[in-house]
Amino acid sequence: MDLSETGVGDAMLVAVSGRIDLSNADSFRDGLSAAQAKTGGPLILDLSGVDYISSAGLRSLMIVFKAGKAAGKAFGIAGLQPLLVEIFTISRFNQVFPLFGSAREAIQKLAPDSLSAFDAR
Amino acid sequence: MQVTFWGTRGSLPTPLTGKAVRKKIVNALVKGAGRNLDTPEKAEEFCSKELSFAEGGTFGGNTSCVQVDVGGPDYLLCDLGSGAREFALAAIGRHGPGKPQTYHVLLSHVHWDHIMGFPFFIPCFIPGNRIVLYSCHDRMEQAIRGQNHEPCFPVEFEALGAKIEFVKLEINREYQIAGTKVTGTPQLHGNASYGYRIEKDGKVLVYTTDAEHKPENKKEMDRASAFFKDADLVIFDAMYSFAESVSIKEDWGHSSNIMGVELCQMAGAKKLCLFHHEPVYDDQRLEGVYDETLRFEEITRSGPRLDIVIAYDGLILEL
Repeated sequence: MDLSETGVGDAMLVAVSGRIDLSNADSFRDGLSAAQAKTGGPLILDLSGVDYISSAGLRSLMIVFKAGKAAGKAFGIAGLQPLLVEIFTISRFNQVFPLFGSAREAIQKLAPDSLSAFDAR
Repeated sequence: MQVTFWGTRGSLPTPLTGKAVRKKIVNALVKGAGRNLDTPEKAEEFCSKELSFAEGGTFGGNTSCVQVDVGGPDYLLCDLGSGAREFALAAIGRHGPGKPQTYHVLLSHVHWDHIMGFPFFIPCFIPGNRIVLYSCHDRMEQAIRGQNHEPCFPVEFEALGAKIEFVKLEINREYQIAGTKVTGTPQLHGNASYGYRIEKDGKVLVYTTDAEHKPENKKEMDRASAFFKDADLVIFDAMYSFAESVSIKEDWGHSSNIMGVELCQMAGAKKLCLFHHEPVYDDQRLEGVYDETLRFEEITRSGPRLDIVIAYDGLILEL
């Protein structure tokens, strides 16, 4: 699992790739929490490079989502592969998180003032 | 080993409503329109072949009670929810009330839905019967006695005709009960709950209801999967969706279909049985949960296929 963060205007965009399971769920959570702490704006996850997420990974998402909510920071997930769409649906996480087709779509919705910065990258 | 499910619903009995029955009838009539269904045999064949389980039947609404038959002379049950009444009627119908029997009962815990069948458990009233209640829960006797007590129930515990015994089990210790080897383990649930691993002639049944699992807690996940290891059947608390179990219903003491699949995959278990159904779910929704669980197992499979069934009142499984 690889995780890279990029500040985009007010938002923090985190791109994740690989497999997220019990073996790396803690470092996944810690990486997301660290990125969230660096921004006062929304945290947007681009999971288009993730091919599998287990319950432990979903749980990490929930922890970060709750922390952001308590701090008044928006949270969005973008770019789910079809398999992850199924996992989010079966687990009902699709009813918890705002899901977007792409990172750009998420920025447009959650941090519209940052869209020009996103496009200029 | 034969396992019979007499009660499979979580939290409280959930009778099928007249409105739900009418909906099933209307759906069946529409599906059968234009067919020749003028005999019971033809109608039965249509129901069996053309209707889904939820359309032509029901998962039932009795609370937890599971019978484990290993061929011995005594009965062995897991929990005494409202399904225990149905079991007792069947058992007495088999033997007649005049022939004394011994009933061994493993109680997961003493929340009401798991003991509410005891006051209506007819063998309790019959002199000559022996009923042995086992649990790792240290307040089992208090809860059972307290339930048969005024003003909540008119028959006092002391007035029951059967010989009733209480046996406190220690966790992680093997016991011989009704011809099986039984081991108990603590589970995460309000006021405590215990799972039981029941072994006989190389077959392993794990009865694990009213148990929450924290997926981020590797130590606890490993402990649970070790308890399930190589089980032929895991009867698993799949009451909530996974999202509910880690958000609004976190620490409510129940688990999900997702956790059941993942733990059984970790454990190398052969069959998972979804159990302790959410009472607000109707038959269609439970059938949907089952279908989704089959798909989740398929997309997460990295070893042998895990067989999955969903419990309903009346289901019989052979191990």
